[in-house]
Amino acid sequence: MDNMLHVSSSPHIHSGKTTQSIMRDVLIALLPATVAGTVIFGWRSLLVVAVCVASCILLEALFNLITKKEQTVGDLSAAVTGLLLGLNLPVNIPIWQCVIGCIFAILLVKCLFGGIGNNLVNPAITARVFMLVSFGSMAVQATPTIVDTVSGATPLVEIANGNSPSLTDLFLGTTGGAIGETCALALLIGFAYLLIRRVITWHIPVSFVGSVFLLSFFMEGFDFSAALSLILSGGLLIGAIFMATDYVTSPSTSAGKLIFGLGAGLLTFVIRYFSVYPEGVSFAILFMNILNPYIEKLTARKIFGGPRA
Amino acid sequence: MAFFLHGVHTPHRKNTADQPAARMTEVKTVTIPMSMHIGAPASPIVKVGDTVQVGTKIADSVGRVSLPIHASVSGKVTKISNILLSNGSTVPAITIESDGEMTPLSSVCAPTVNTREDLIQAIHDSGVVGLGGAGFPTHVKFNIDPQRLEELIINGAECEPYITSDSFTMVERADDMEYALRTLQQHFSIKRIIIGVESNKKKAIASMQAMADRMDGVEVKVLPSVYPQGGEKVLVYHTTKKVIPTGKLPIDVGCIVCNCTTVAAIGNYLKTGMPLVKKCVTVDGGSVSRPQNVIVPIGTSVSDVFDFCGGFTSEPYKVLYGGPMMGVSVPNLSAPILKNTNAVLALSEKEARLPKTTACIRCGACTNACPFGLAPAQIMRAYNKKDTDMLKKLSVDTCMLCGCCSFTCPAHLPLVQTNALSKQLLRDEKAKEEAKNG
Repeated sequence: MDNMLHVSSSPHIHSGKTTQSIMRDVLIALLPATVAGTVIFGWRSLLVVAVCVASCILLEALFNLITKKEQTVGDLSAAVTGLLLGLNLPVNIPIWQCVIGCIFAILLVKCLFGGIGNNLVNPAITARVFMLVSFGSMAVQATPTIVDTVSGATPLVEIANGNSPSLTDLFLGTTGGAIGETCALALLIGFAYLLIRRVITWHIPVSFVGSVFLLSFFMEGFDFSAALSLILSGGLLIGAIFMATDYVTSPSTSAGKLIFGLGAGLLTFVIRYFSVYPEGVSFAILFMNILNPYIEKLTARKIFGGPRA
Repeated sequence: MAFFLHGVHTPHRKNTADQPAARMTEVKTVTIPMSMHIGAPASPIVKVGDTVQVGTKIADSVGRVSLPIHASVSGKVTKISNILLSNGSTVPAITIESDGEMTPLSSVCAPTVNTREDLIQAIHDSGVVGLGGAGFPTHVKFNIDPQRLEELIINGAECEPYITSDSFTMVERADDMEYALRTLQQHFSIKRIIIGVESNKKKAIASMQAMADRMDGVEVKVLPSVYPQGGEKVLVYHTTKKVIPTGKLPIDVGCIVCNCTTVAAIGNYLKTGMPLVKKCVTVDGGSVSRPQNVIVPIGTSVSDVFDFCGGFTSEPYKVLYGGPMMGVSVPNLSAPILKNTNAVLALSEKEARLPKTTACIRCGACTNACPFGLAPAQIMRAYNKKDTDMLKKLSVDTCMLCGCCSFTCPAHLPLVQTNALSKQLLRDEKAKEEAKNG
């Protein structure tokens, strides 16, 4: 029995929450949106999502293999990037474009910067923005297969044209848009799950969506339902709940999170109303990702007792 | 300046809280190290072959920060040799073979305490160290200008998982505590005595409240059960709202913090003259047959203590002195119980297996867990570059090594361990500079 015990420095217990368990929770939280997207837009949704998830995992595994790095796909972060990217694409996107997007997200944005934890911006968001400016197919949004609509435009375009979809359609997601972004109900279920599992806090999603709501409420002449339509439209909910809360690229303190959310909300509002793009969530998050280090510095916690005098 | 001190919700696992403490009297041999306190090791005053009783002084203190040591069993001194302690240091130790009688020293009697100096001498003679785990000689804390002491804070937080030996003290030894506190009140102009207890110890709170009701100037403060509530600076802040600056002591803000079992040990000595020779130790962990609190003669080997509790149900994976958050793991079971041992835990593999270390995901969980708002992940990056200026800026010296960061890190990075290394790096650098400047 002598010399058979394990010895290590304290602490000798761990919370049990690991990178892998966090990423698994995010995957679970995205399941309702994936299911809703498949129901709304048909089976091809699953194909798009599956290609993205598989490509991201495969690309990261290959990169690690070729560069002789420790294999990291087990932490499931590549799967999360793939799933998020897939859910942010329209159902009819050509498959080869999906793969290009994944290459951009995983190889350029993530792996070349040093892998998980070292990317400056969120891989899925950045890839989406890249695809948005590169591929015309991104702009032609799909039409839900389960309802009859004549237009293929997204609600934001429709609202701009003066024929706003009903709040019920927006809440259930039976409108045009990317696979995973339309169904507010599914996204809110995922949000609740992440909160319960303490994977994220309320600060970024609430300040992000809240600020867009208030600014839209003001711009729409204090029309409550119009403002509500605007926060249920486009990629706001999926962005605010799942992309803006990425640990690596968002602040860690509550104050920092609120600033991040408010900033993203303001930018989304500005882009939606005053730019040529109908949607601004991805740009807003990407921009705030870049500001993140400064927000972190600005909102660092006060040290109890201070540095040694 | 107001702070919100964070922390972590560790599992409680206070399995032994509701059981009576067992008394371990049949010990064959004890091995008593000369260094069970911070400061100079004591110097032996017995030799091999000498007969001793329970309470016989076997070693004397050396210098100002040191303590005498007393025999914990009656019997014969059989060996004086070096042993390896759980902290990795090698110190002389006196081995006594018990005659099985546990005869107390006949000359033991309550000390005469007329002045403050008498009281400090008595605390010194009792051999009492900080029994919460720190092991700092208690008399040194009280050797101050009495005007400086405003609040005496009694630490009954006991925030480490498993450990219930302080709860035992607060429930069963309130009389000893009361005696010590009354004597301290007589000789120091203490404005308030505040007993801080975590909310998960209902019986201890009731017992301490009853004691406070019997006395003047004593209050019980029930604290949230958040680790590390019992950290000195955390406790001082939560009981008095005073902030101890980094590098300063509680007395610099007018406070002294004493663990509740320390106070009880002082009380027992003032009442009876019997120095600190036994210790209530929580024996627990998934591999232990009968987890319980045991009152153990100091110097008893850990393996004897586990045997007393029915041995192991499964091969232990790790054996700890102290709790799982700050305790020390030992390579084998030969080491003795020390004055400041409050628990020995035999953790099963299931309890003690840790996740593998992966890359930092910059989630900020470490900073959010740190009671003091440090940024362990940044400290780690600075340490890896040996950037001592950055380490100073990040105030790594504020770290009390509570381990919240490592406990909570999803990548299981060795954060608190790196903080410890960083503090050592700064100490080394300072020593080098001082050597250079003569």
